[in-house]
Formats: sequence, structure tokens, C-alpha cells
Amino acid sequence: MALNQDYLGRTFPATAAYEVSRVKIAEFADAIGDPNPVFRDTAAAQAAGYPDVIVPPTFPIVIAMAASGMAAADPGLGLNYAMVVHGEQRFEYSRPLHAGDVVTAQSTISGIRAVGSITMLTTETQIRTTGGEHVCTSYATLVERGSG
Amino acid sequence: MISYGQVAAGTELPPVSYPVTRLSLVRYCGASGDFNVIHWNERIARSVGLPNVIAHGMFTMAQAGRYVTDWAGDPGSLLEFGVRFSAPVVVPDDDTGATIEVTGRVEEKLDGNRVVLGLTARSGEAKVLTRARAVVRLR
Repeated sequence: MALNQDYLGRTFPATAAYEVSRVKIAEFADAIGDPNPVFRDTAAAQAAGYPDVIVPPTFPIVIAMAASGMAAADPGLGLNYAMVVHGEQRFEYSRPLHAGDVVTAQSTISGIRAVGSITMLTTETQIRTTGGEHVCTSYATLVERGSG
Repeated sequence: MISYGQVAAGTELPPVSYPVTRLSLVRYCGASGDFNVIHWNERIARSVGLPNVIAHGMFTMAQAGRYVTDWAGDPGSLLEFGVRFSAPVVVPDDDTGATIEVTGRVEEKLDGNRVVLGLTARSGEAKVLTRARAVVRLR
């Protein structure tokens, strides 16, 4: 099904404030199997020059998904979520997130493209501290496989 | 920790293999909040045309991320990190699961102590990440 082109360029409301916590970072690092101490041990993170434990590079997806999901799930867009796979993902970092950061995420639909029977939706999600400092931008392309 | 001066463009980095089992996926569902059924329910995965349960693309990307940060020595050194998910990592319901093998190459050295890595990831015969690239800032 074709997506609603009127949604191209649309920016959705920012998410509620998300507080990055040590426990969540450690849980995520355990789940991806990465034993690096800078994700778990404040002293190790401080020795590496950070104020507190930092997050693994793909952790911002947890925060970005709350915002990009808001865009992708908007009924007016017409995305069939059952047929969606993750096509591409890219992050740009100003710095690593660390425990104690309080951030919000805000998504814009930056691309809607149909190629044959598939449709590609690209969202750009800005993650900023509640003080307005840019931390990370997440670019996600979702691919809706054709249903024939 | 590797320094900018030690790095030469064109250097191939040794491959590293990362295991992925059904338990990995269950844990990743919980930690990430992505409970898409194709990552834990074989019946539904097959009903939508997949060969079996598949890993989250972001789980695979996380392994590539670990490859980069273990090489660079500082997980906070990434400036950019992007991938294309070209094939799924199929995870059978047995005791061994699947393996994701990541390799890398120093593509380019840029100003400001920045280094561009090109990455590939395979699982079995399938190339599961393409156009995978990371930019890190070394010391």
C-alpha cells in the first residue's frame, strides 16, 4: 500500500523526558554480550574521561524508537507494521550518552519512497538533553514489503 | 588503546565471531523494548515467510559496534555509525544458535584524528550487513 506522501517532512511531538540509568545501560550491555567495564563501572568510565558510565553505540535506538515509532504508527501514514523490516540504520554522535543524562527524542519523516512493490520510510530522530544539547541523531529506514 | 599515528589506511582488521542464540534474542527484546514476534515466535516468523526466528537487525549492528569499539579501545570514540541490513540472521532453536562474523578495514584517515572503518558481517553464507561504516576519533 502506498504511504501518504502528505507526511513527508512532518515532525512529530518530542517524547517525554527519558533518564538514562546505570541499570538500563548494564542490562543493554548484558543483552548484546559486551563485557566492557565502561558500561557498568563508574570508576572505569571516569578513568576513561566520562562523568559516569556511558552507553554502547547502538543504545540510542531504545530512546529513538519511542519517537520514530510514534511517526511510523500514525494511522494516517498507512504503514502496515506486520510487513515492516529494518532496512538501514545510522547514528551521528555529538558525544556518548551517560548515566544521568535526561533527554527527549523528536522524529521527522525525511523520506517516503516506493520501489516496485516495496515502500521505504526514513525517519530522522534528534536526541537532545532537556537543556537543548544535541547528543545523537538516529536515521532509520523501515522497509514495508509488498503484500502483492 | 590504538592511536591515530599507529593506523594505516588499507589495513585489514582480524575477524571476530559473536554467538547469537534464542536466549540472546529474548534478552535483547527485554533490554531494547523491541518485542516484534519474528524475534521470538517461530510459528509467526514462518507464517510471514521467514525461514525461522531472526535476530533483531539492531542486535547484529550492536555486534559490529562492539567490534569497532574493542578495536578503537574507547566506546565513546564513535562519531558516526551506519549499516544496511542486507539479510536476516536466522537463529535456530538449538543449543548453538547462529554466529555473526564481523571483519573490518581501515578505509581512510581524515583530519582531526578521525578514521573511517568499513565493516562486513556474515552469518553462515549470508552477508547480513552491507555499506557498514564507522567513523571514530582516535587519540
